[in-house]
Amino acid sequence: MTAKPKIVVGLGTCGIAAGGREIYNAIEKALTENNIDAELTQTGCIGACENEVLVDIAKPGQPRISYGKVTEEKIGEVVTNHLLHDKIDREFALGKIGEGELSAEYDDLPYFFTDLPFYEKQVRLCLRNCGFINPEKIDEYVERDGYQALKQVITEMKPEEVVEVIKSSGLRGRGGGGFSTGMKWQFTMNAVGDKKYVVCNADEGDPGAFMDRSILEGDPHSVMEGMAIAGYAVGADEGYIYCRAEYPLAVNRLKMAIEQAKEKNFLGDNIFGTDFSFNLKVKEGAGAFVCGEETALLMSIEGKRGMPRPRPPFPANEGLFGKPTCLNNVETFANVPVVILDGPEKFASIGTEGSKGTKVFALTGSINRTGLAEVPMGITLEEVVYDVAGGIIDDGKFKAVQAGGPSGGCIPEDLLHLPIDYDSLTEAGAMMGSGGLVVMGEDTCMVDIARYFLSFTQIESCGKCTPCREGTKRMLEILERIVAGEGKPDDIEKLKTLGEAISATALCGLGQTAPNPVLTTLRYFQEEYEQHIFDKRCVAGICVDLMFYLIDAELCNGCGRCRKACPVSAISGDKKEVHVIDKETCIKCGVCVEKCKQEAISLQS
Amino acid sequence: MKAENDLNYAAIDNIYDTWKSQKGALIPMLQEMQEEFGYLPRTALEYLAKKLHQPISQIYGVCTFYSQFHLKPRGKHIIRVCQGTACHVRGIAKIATALEEELEVPVGDTTEDLLFTYESVACVGCCGLAPVMMIDDVTYGRLNAAAVPDILKKYEGGEGNDS
Repeated sequence: MTAKPKIVVGLGTCGIAAGGREIYNAIEKALTENNIDAELTQTGCIGACENEVLVDIAKPGQPRISYGKVTEEKIGEVVTNHLLHDKIDREFALGKIGEGELSAEYDDLPYFFTDLPFYEKQVRLCLRNCGFINPEKIDEYVERDGYQALKQVITEMKPEEVVEVIKSSGLRGRGGGGFSTGMKWQFTMNAVGDKKYVVCNADEGDPGAFMDRSILEGDPHSVMEGMAIAGYAVGADEGYIYCRAEYPLAVNRLKMAIEQAKEKNFLGDNIFGTDFSFNLKVKEGAGAFVCGEETALLMSIEGKRGMPRPRPPFPANEGLFGKPTCLNNVETFANVPVVILDGPEKFASIGTEGSKGTKVFALTGSINRTGLAEVPMGITLEEVVYDVAGGIIDDGKFKAVQAGGPSGGCIPEDLLHLPIDYDSLTEAGAMMGSGGLVVMGEDTCMVDIARYFLSFTQIESCGKCTPCREGTKRMLEILERIVAGEGKPDDIEKLKTLGEAISATALCGLGQTAPNPVLTTLRYFQEEYEQHIFDKRCVAGICVDLMFYLIDAELCNGCGRCRKACPVSAISGDKKEVHVIDKETCIKCGVCVEKCKQEAISLQS
Repeated sequence: MKAENDLNYAAIDNIYDTWKSQKGALIPMLQEMQEEFGYLPRTALEYLAKKLHQPISQIYGVCTFYSQFHLKPRGKHIIRVCQGTACHVRGIAKIATALEEELEVPVGDTTEDLLFTYESVACVGCCGLAPVMMIDDVTYGRLNAAAVPDILKKYEGGEGNDS
């Protein structure tokens, strides 16, 4: 077979949303029009969300060139220039991947993974295939050692040995809690039962998190392989992937991957000719955040209301349909083939004493480079925020980083030197959580952020236990009155008491961690609460009730647009004279700001 | 929208037959029924309850627990405004206000002409493109309030909506 040039378009959900399909069609058109014989294919998320849509072009014998932020209008030109004239369009080129001959004129192009600041500090184990393989073609996964770990495990190892390897690698659950994966497998292996299950938690519900989605969309087989290995180790012949319904592309690619794996006998009966059989099903969630909690998730697979139940018994002993069940998250399973193939020692050589390997983070918020980054455990928050994510947008000042979503907390600047591992984050009052990192600049109000997260958990509380159902509601009421400027002097104390009580007494992880965003902001930013309560001020300029609109007398030319537009007639002033807003009457709708052509009206705190 | 009493019961029979051999298949059955009818009509649920030999209360309990299930008719196009952290930080509130003005219904409601149902969603997971909304399966990112009317126009003028 003669080698053809290859063009790869990043078509994860983000890529598609940014117009990836249109780009794909435009490339197809350009190829036909110019009679170019090239392979056009797709891949999942490579992580550089900021640069979507991403297109990679590789000619045989040349390095692969990655183009970012390509446009529908220009992509045809980029492709023809590259393939027909060996001309690389510097406007879009991000970097090169791999070696090969390239005109000396492009010697200065950076290497994508080692030179680009976003990738420089990353170590890609879990995301090893994301952005490289077409997730809809099993052969591309197989070419990159896919299913080799499964083969090795079921043909050469005993279940106890597999458990031992996972244990000695130090792999811990990537879904939030950070429990030792090997221990979990051991408990399920030792549990007595005529039937056992392996379940993958793909109910990634934290706002600001999209790690699991990217893995499922970009490399579904790695997760399935991890599950099959778990199945062999614990003695299960059936598995479920519980994926949230909000991820239609992930669900589709999983279903496709399962069919392809069955055809190749990587799933199904007598895998690799052994007597090990393993079948997988995808279960779609139906929109309930609490189903990310393991016992609630199992209830949901059983077709019931997804309400958590007290533990013990733990799922390892009594899980799905009452049978012993090994339940891990997407990223955890995706790590398993790496641990097996590289060996536990190599895996354990990355990271810190208590936290081994890497962690995938979804970097979002007020940063220059949003995206998906896989970094070694033990890297500091500072390195992630400044080196990987490129610091705060518009040279703004850092205020806090929210780690772990609604269950996590806000970490202030003076703790940025903290290494990212399970234990130090927990100590800071936050938690690893599933891996969302939302970076916030000076213009973020910490009371408002606490209120935002609590309103999320409050709505998602399933209502089964009183501390969570009633407690989060009372906390939310207090926060709502604080941001409305009606805070009372003892509110801070009340929030602390309530928060600690809920943490100690709620039934499940959702409730126990729900107060974290409030407790950490109280711990690190108490003065902001005090300003809201006592001075009725919101320094960040977010809490509208504590703000007022002001017309800059220097800029106002008295055109009267704002006066006419004001729905409550709060603005007065004669024509061509400086206008004023009556603070008492103003409902802070902001219409005047939009009407003012002089940009004279602004919100003041 | 079909009247409830001329429901396609054969469709429910089909869905039931597809799933009856699987354990715990109530949720996929409801998902497929909703796909068929656009929502979960009471008569359809009663019919399914009889087939499953389950009390309707139990099925109703599952329907009301999950936000995906709807007991009332829905608009032809579903608008979902993202309430994720990144969208929050990058100003989704303005987008929501613009939508409310255009659609003249609050979050959670369907426009009178059954063209749009307007909802909020916890996070669509495209935080890099914040602020984001979805209409049906299409995601609109890097939004600003001024773009909202034009986006909605693309969906108007479909069949039965020319008046």
